[in-house]
Amino acid sequence: MNHRVRLEGVHKRFGDKHVLKGIDLAVAEHDVVCLIGSSGSGKSTILRCINLLETVDEGAIYLDGEMITRRETDPNLVRQFVGIVFQSYNLFPHMNVLDNVTLSPRRVHGKSKDEAEQRATELLERFGLSDKILEFPDRLSGGQQQRVAVVRALATEPELLLLDEITAALDPELVGEVLGVIRDLISDGMTLLLATHEMGFARDVATRVCFLDDGAILEEGPPAQIFSDPQMPRTQQFLRRVTEAGRL
Amino acid sequence: MTDTDNREPAEAIELPAGSRFVASGSPGLFNGMLSQSGSRGALMAFASTILFLVVAAVIILNSDAWPKVRNQFLNWEHFKASFPDVLAAFWLDMQMFVVAEVFILTFALLIAVLRVLRGPAFFPLRMLSTVYIDLFRGVPLLLVIFLLGFGVPALDLPGVPKSPMFWGIVSLVLSYSAYTAEVYRSGLESVHESQRAAARALGLTQWQALRFAILPQAIRNVVPALLNGLVSLQKDVALISVLGVREAVREAEIYKARTFNYTSLLVAAILFLIVSVPVARFADWYTARDRRARTKGLQ
Ligand SMILES: Nc1ncnc2c1ncn2[C@@H]1O[C@H](COP(=O)(O)OP(=O)(O)OP(=O)(O)O)[C@@H](O)[C@H]1O
Ligand SMILES: [Mg+2]
Repeated sequence: MNHRVRLEGVHKRFGDKHVLKGIDLAVAEHDVVCLIGSSGSGKSTILRCINLLETVDEGAIYLDGEMITRRETDPNLVRQFVGIVFQSYNLFPHMNVLDNVTLSPRRVHGKSKDEAEQRATELLERFGLSDKILEFPDRLSGGQQQRVAVVRALATEPELLLLDEITAALDPELVGEVLGVIRDLISDGMTLLLATHEMGFARDVATRVCFLDDGAILEEGPPAQIFSDPQMPRTQQFLRRVTEAGRL
Repeated sequence: MTDTDNREPAEAIELPAGSRFVASGSPGLFNGMLSQSGSRGALMAFASTILFLVVAAVIILNSDAWPKVRNQFLNWEHFKASFPDVLAAFWLDMQMFVVAEVFILTFALLIAVLRVLRGPAFFPLRMLSTVYIDLFRGVPLLLVIFLLGFGVPALDLPGVPKSPMFWGIVSLVLSYSAYTAEVYRSGLESVHESQRAAARALGLTQWQALRFAILPQAIRNVVPALLNGLVSLQKDVALISVLGVREAVREAEIYKARTFNYTSLLVAAILFLIVSVPVARFADWYTARDRRARTKGLQ
């Protein structure tokens, strides 16, 4: 099978803190893989390693079969194919929505201003942001900001999109609109790797769920199996806590 | 009985030094400025300022030397006589100021950017800018002006300008750029790391991230500090007079040497004030507005 991205025995340390302890993970085209696990288990670090925002200490990461964890790799080229959206929106506060979205298409992908703005406008309209195009980020709600952040990542036409708990900072009533956007992307066939605390959503949309514990993938499988019949005691414990917190 | 009981504490509060004075005069004149310390603190400040000025005036005006000093420093005839030359020379101060400021703002930005570059390849540049900043922040501006202004022309190097004004401006630029670079750097460091990550994640290079994402925010954060530097440079330009450049202070000194009257120096001082006070007020106004805009954004 052809893998969009594949991790082989990836280790990552921050000082003497061993954060990723041999991660093996593969995401095929049109896959929707959800990373779940408690805070600090390493979900964000995995995503940041794939985007080369962190360097791995051991192991390798392949993008479309090509090893990207080499010195010769140009991270900027990798990032042209891999989009990422963070938990906190990280829109550029000094730019309006349209400029935020067109920055990378224009400066990195060499699109003309007109072309970039036309595509951006289409995307913004599609995700219900057409009346916010000239607004500055601090005048948008959290949900709107996060949708703009997703559009900004999409505008670069990534082959793989990494989403890092993009609903975690939102008020509960705003979560739905952002999850709706992700559902749309999935029906478009976008390949997704996402870290999430929204277990209900993961169960709905994931093709595969990976439970991460203390820097290692302890258990993975289709959502039905992980959520209904977890094998490992740690997974059961985690899901019990999540259920008690009302997130499943 | 109850009547006096009620009144006494009230009087006790209003009694101290300046209270009566202000009640009849201009209540609340300084209230806006000193609102935190309360109106009573403002009254005290106002009263003590007036008292100080009155005492100082009385002492000065009654001193034996006052008529002589007044004639030496505040002579209207000399004021009129020296004004045109000093004003013309002051125009040169303003020109040097503008030229220096333009170079300072650009050069300092370059230095600051070099200093925050990442990666081992840029280590020499980072170090160079650090050494530069340490050097020119450590040496008094006046010394730099003397050393470059007299030293370099004395070397008599072919192709190197000998104009004292040129080297005076170069000294200002070198010295002020060291401070201004630190101002820029504090601005760069005030932009959250996640902004850089967001820009890099979009595929922007280190330079593009700086130019499009980080710098615009950084500069906005330090505009008040830059304006303060502007006010201070505006008067430090006069230091170039030590090289014999005929700007306002030099021109005033020439007049003084010719007539043995100091009023021309006062003319120069007034000219500098006329320019610097509005800029200082503008800087304060801008800073306050900026702070309001930010705190509003936080709510
Ligand atoms: N830059 C860093 N320096 C040092 N330690 C770090 C750094 N980034 C992450 N860590 C540590 O690595 C561990 C994993 O962090 P990570 O952010 O990947 O967890 P996570 O699973 O995403 O948690 P959360 O659900 O809270 O987002 C944590 O213990 C964290 O403190
Ligand atoms: Mg995380």
